[in-house]
Amino acid sequence: MAIEIRDVNKSFGEAAVLRDVSVDVASGSLTALLGPSGGGKSTLLRVIAGLERPDSGQVLISGKDATRLPPQRRGVGFVFQHYAAFKHMTVFENVAFGLKIRKRPKPEIKKRVEELLELVHLDQFAARYPAQLSGGQRQRMALARALAVNPEVLLLDEPFGALDAQVRKELRTWLRRLHDEVHVTTVFVTHDQEEAIEVADTIVVLADGVVQQAGAPGDIYDNPASPFVMRFLGPVTEIGGRLLRPHDVVISTEPGPGTRPAVITRVVRLGFETRVEFQVREPGEPGEEHPAWAQMTRESAGRLSAEAGTEVHVRPSVQAATVPAS
Amino acid sequence: MSETTKSTTATLDEKVATAGPDSPPGGKGRSVRPVGLGGGAGGAGGTAIGVGIATIFLSAVVLIPLAAVIWKGASQGPGGFWDAITTPDAWAALKLTVIASLVVALVNLVMGTLIAWVLVRDSFPGKGLLDLLIDLPFALPTIVAGLVLLTLYGTDSPLGVSLAYTRTGVVVALLFVTLPFVVRTVQPVLLELDKDMEQAAASLGAGNWTIFRRIILPNLVPAMLAGTALAFTRAVAEFGSTVLISGNVPFKTQVAAVHIFGQIESDNTAAAAATSTALLVLSLLVLLTIDLMRRWGARRG
Amino acid sequence: MAKHGMRVIVLTYLLFLLILPIGLIGWRTFGDGPGPFIDALTTHSALHAFQVTLVVAGWAVVLNTLFGVLAALLLVRHDFPGKRLLSALIDLPLAVSPVVVGLALILVYGAFSPAGGWLEGRGIQIIFSTPGMVLATVFVCLPLVVRSIVPVLEEMGDEQEQAAQTLGAGGWQTFRRITLPGIRAALGYGIVLSLARALGEYGAVAVVSGRTVDQTQTLTLFVEERFENFDVQASYAAALALAVIAVASLLATKLLRPKDGS
Repeated sequence: MAIEIRDVNKSFGEAAVLRDVSVDVASGSLTALLGPSGGGKSTLLRVIAGLERPDSGQVLISGKDATRLPPQRRGVGFVFQHYAAFKHMTVFENVAFGLKIRKRPKPEIKKRVEELLELVHLDQFAARYPAQLSGGQRQRMALARALAVNPEVLLLDEPFGALDAQVRKELRTWLRRLHDEVHVTTVFVTHDQEEAIEVADTIVVLADGVVQQAGAPGDIYDNPASPFVMRFLGPVTEIGGRLLRPHDVVISTEPGPGTRPAVITRVVRLGFETRVEFQVREPGEPGEEHPAWAQMTRESAGRLSAEAGTEVHVRPSVQAATVPAS
Repeated sequence: MSETTKSTTATLDEKVATAGPDSPPGGKGRSVRPVGLGGGAGGAGGTAIGVGIATIFLSAVVLIPLAAVIWKGASQGPGGFWDAITTPDAWAALKLTVIASLVVALVNLVMGTLIAWVLVRDSFPGKGLLDLLIDLPFALPTIVAGLVLLTLYGTDSPLGVSLAYTRTGVVVALLFVTLPFVVRTVQPVLLELDKDMEQAAASLGAGNWTIFRRIILPNLVPAMLAGTALAFTRAVAEFGSTVLISGNVPFKTQVAAVHIFGQIESDNTAAAAATSTALLVLSLLVLLTIDLMRRWGARRG
Repeated sequence: MAKHGMRVIVLTYLLFLLILPIGLIGWRTFGDGPGPFIDALTTHSALHAFQVTLVVAGWAVVLNTLFGVLAALLLVRHDFPGKRLLSALIDLPLAVSPVVVGLALILVYGAFSPAGGWLEGRGIQIIFSTPGMVLATVFVCLPLVVRSIVPVLEEMGDEQEQAAQTLGAGGWQTFRRITLPGIRAALGYGIVLSLARALGEYGAVAVVSGRTVDQTQTLTLFVEERFENFDVQASYAAALALAVIAVASLLATKLLRPKDGS
């Protein structure tokens, strides 16, 4: 394991931000700490980096107890949400900073920095100051700066949070590719489930200072441990007191085993997919109706000839992952 | 108003209203952590050493000496203190100081606001230079300020106006050294004042005077009062600029600071300490008022 | 019309309070050409006063800068009990009359006080000597450096410093390579403010120095003493020299002043 976090607790004043958090991060993995804002994920990242000291618990980096180590001696690279670019230094000097602190010989520094700038596609910008860079470029500079000292683990706090949507998407793919090239154990914080699923090979869902679930993105998506995780990872709807994904709803014109009667209220075509909204009547509760919706391909919606007012029967599909609604 | 106090200009000699450290650092809502000298999460020791050094330094230079003044001033008990500040000459000096400072504060309130207004809203050749000159009284050593005024308003005044050894002369000297306070607190507020508000008022039919009274003035009042109070404390404490022009005539032109100086010179430190304590208390009361006003202003804006 | 009226009032006020007096002193000094001006400033006493002024102001500025940086870092970057009190105490000197500053130092460090007597017994004289004048000057300059740096430190935030730490920089390296360059302009501004104030301090120094000609006489004391002794030429010359320093520092602060919104 590259990072082992054991029963970490952390409070700021009265507010408990981390409660008995234990997380393992495998060597060479790309792990996402996913959760709503205020869930404790940034604090956990800062605890790993040594920028916060936990009230109790242990942090092991590469098997060594690092709980009491200052950030300088942890061998971590940290990329800050707002990049924390050294404003009075050029891009080159920013990236060279950690190596200079380590008193590496000048030619070695130059070689390493040039390598890294090439890796992050900033070789043309070495002489510029951070103020002369775009957000995405500053982000890549911060990344190169963190990588320059060959950290054992790379930590990124909301790495794409301050960028606009287009650049975000590009950098996401790029980070994944970079990780495949560099293979440094990487942990990043995000509140965007799509980002986590797309980039990470392990996701740790953190909310209210507690680890809700950890695992591979597909696992968590398909087998959420709680209604919270299910809701947080993707769209959900409710049928028969259970939460499920809208694409796991089966609609038929005839009643069958486990179906519930429903009336379609609206059909929305969104390109390839079609969104069918309906009111479900739960058996045993006469007069009780609640809204739900299904996601299907345009083709299957056509086969159903669904339109507002049509009486149908709905049920979860056989392989659907469901959790109790409350 | 919190913005105002922050952008208020620091000037030579005195720093006008400052953004206290109790305002959130960086405005980013981050918690304060030990970094820098402390070094990372293990900086508690660094903090303790730093606080220790700062406390010792501050105690040696400021705290213990000022405490000694109050201690000495109060050493004869409340009765003795009262007797010391109500001797005819001490009392006259204190009375002159307070009255002259009040006059100076009021003139500054009006003229300072007017100057700030002209500097922000008017334009004429040489305005930039004038703006620069406003800070000169802070930069100029007070004894030089006194000498400068005595040259123009002394016994051989080229204007034929001799204010030497008169109370008016004292007031003029105090006006000179306190000139920047109100100007420099009001000016930034006026600069940041949203012109849209005035235009909105005008579109609603308000005339110029109404706009000034109802829209502009209420926004300026906190800064005007803060600047005036600072000018008052400075006037109360002033020494150097009044030495030459006042001629140091007891019962007539001797201000409190000059009176204290005389007592020190004649080795009467107990009397000097009593009058000093009176001045200190007066200044602290005014500073406290400014602080309360600033909080009140911050709450409003 | 109201606009012009206001302009006239303001200009008249400033003309008689500020512009005429300052213009006049230049004219008086140079009325007989620059010769007497230079002669007046190169007498033994004048040169000595220059020297005393520089020594006292130099020490005061160094001490005040070290304390100012330390106090600003503590106030912005650290948490400790009594922080608000420290902040209030730093501003306190602004409210204290220079004469009271002098008295306060005499009461503690004078030869007849316990602390002063103890030091005197060890051959260290504070009052009527350079250390006392330095203390007095530090007292009156105390808030200037702190208050120049604090807003910039707040504005800067601590992320760059944390980034430096994760890259391996220790406390001192972080300060020297990251914090100090970030506050350089503000620090320069504070130092110029302090220096100008230190060179021009009169009241506090007048009390603690004993005003001994050719020994503890600073330039401001020289101005007053020459004037009282009817050597008006020397008095004006020294005053003008101080005024030139004041104007130069004023211009320097305009250049160094942190720009709004940057």
